[in-house]
Amino acid sequence: MSSLTLAVRDSSTMLRRNLLHARRYPSLTLNLLLTPIMLLLLFVYIFGDVMSAGIGGGGADRSVYIAYIVPGLLLMTIGSTTIGTAVSVSNDMTEGIIARFRTMAIHRGSVLIGHVIGSVLQCIASVILVGAVAVAIGFRSTNATALEWIAAFGLLVLFAMALTWIAVGMGLISPNAEAASNNAMPLILLPLLSSAFIPTNTMPGWFQPIAQYQPFTPAIETLRGLLLGSEIGNNGWLTIAWSLGLTVLGYYWSKAKFNDDPK
Amino acid sequence: MTNLAIAANALRKSYGDKTVLDDIDLAVPEGTVFALLGPNGAGKTTAVKILSTLISPDPASGEIRVGGHDLATKAQAVRAAIGVTGQFSAVDGLITGEENMLLMADLHHLPKSEGRRVTAELLERFDLTDAAKKPASTYSGGMKRRLDIAMTLVGNPRIIFLDEPTTGLDPRARHNMWGIIRELVSDGVTVFLTTQYLDEADELADRIAVLNDGKIAAEGSAEELKRLIPGGHIRLRFTDPDAYQNAALSLHEAHRDDEALALQIPSDGSQRELRTILDRLDTAGIDADELTVHTPDLDDVFFALTTTNVPAQPNQPKETVR
Repeated sequence: MSSLTLAVRDSSTMLRRNLLHARRYPSLTLNLLLTPIMLLLLFVYIFGDVMSAGIGGGGADRSVYIAYIVPGLLLMTIGSTTIGTAVSVSNDMTEGIIARFRTMAIHRGSVLIGHVIGSVLQCIASVILVGAVAVAIGFRSTNATALEWIAAFGLLVLFAMALTWIAVGMGLISPNAEAASNNAMPLILLPLLSSAFIPTNTMPGWFQPIAQYQPFTPAIETLRGLLLGSEIGNNGWLTIAWSLGLTVLGYYWSKAKFNDDPK
Repeated sequence: MTNLAIAANALRKSYGDKTVLDDIDLAVPEGTVFALLGPNGAGKTTAVKILSTLISPDPASGEIRVGGHDLATKAQAVRAAIGVTGQFSAVDGLITGEENMLLMADLHHLPKSEGRRVTAELLERFDLTDAAKKPASTYSGGMKRRLDIAMTLVGNPRIIFLDEPTTGLDPRARHNMWGIIRELVSDGVTVFLTTQYLDEADELADRIAVLNDGKIAAEGSAEELKRLIPGGHIRLRFTDPDAYQNAALSLHEAHRDDEALALQIPSDGSQRELRTILDRLDTAGIDADELTVHTPDLDDVFFALTTTNVPAQPNQPKETVR
């Protein structure tokens, strides 16, 4: 068997194992989905009037603000889902089964690849769920073409891949599930410091560069542009650069950590 | 001459300045059972982890071959030849016993039907058929250990490492495990096991190496090792520290346990020797509060091998050991 077929075969076996875990124990993933959904409802129904007025949309209707925050919340959903990835990787590493995998003649990276693909699939499912809630409360895209929908989907997958690899690395360096959950916290905090809820130009001047150039803001702005027709500018390229950069960084980091001698 | 399933020369491993394995040589012929006997912290698990490619030995180690393959350069070939059941159960607790087995079948690239056949067969053999559809996390310790070994056997490995296979099992499960191990051997598999129990090594192993503090203290068959500790010891316990001190001074060959105020005198446990010792105690006017006769156990092996200047060869005359 060539090393590529071996890699594909073992990785898909590992993927099936991870999906089986997710199906048997959906509570972890579903709990993590609560955060973006609660924030969506909170910001729309509780803070909605003020927020709508604040972003200059005005009007009695909150639809302007719904449209504004949904792209950010979809990306936050990805961040939130990948916390679950960090936790499950860390759980896995404390189990004897990983030691067994390491002593078997299987493709070495398959354990991590299985986690990554599983996590990206879960991110997509989560985004669809949160998206459905958004549509239910009145979110509509403005004349997005089929191509823009495809690009939006591609963006979400690319971004999910990037955050997943970082989350896998965080899971690998965490001694237990609690630590993994804490270490992965930035993945859900960063969107709060982005343009998800308010435009960055309304933030204090010294903070604007941080908010503008962290990975979430360009991705949110790009998604907004694709779904709602706002200006994308260089945010598209920034998103691709961030995503690829984080993917490569997370990949090599995780690989190095996984290859370390276990304790 | 038979081929060696495991051949390790000058195996070393240290963490920082703590040496865990210090120049260990191991030679296990194909189709035999080899037991690495030692107390907690002796380095048994480290040795298994290295031989099963889980961790790497220190670069200063000599050549190590497992299944005829060089551990350093042909790790994947070694992995294809071995099966490992570690000290802590290597089962996936979140999925069922059957799913664990099918996972192994998939990772060994067995065709689907073959995987199902092997799974059903092994679950039956290890008495797990009834529990097959339950999550492995709900299994008892003995069941987990059986599932663990069943998973190890899926790929039909020719060399099996068992790290303390019976630690934590109740007596019945322990005897079941011994039966399983004997069955493996009758199939011609080479078994490398670690244990803290002399009786277990005695029961199963063709050859035993006693590992103490990272070094092989003695190696030989169970019979040869037993000759090192002919008859255990007699233990004298005192409640009065002064009486203890006096006794310790007159019985200079006794091993002292100052904490427990107890003296251990090597003895073969025969009536004649017991009388001799009692006579000596009377003559010296020693009055112990408690006298017990101990048959040899692992403690005695270590007692014999690690105190006084004991040569680490089993064929030495008894006297030097005492």
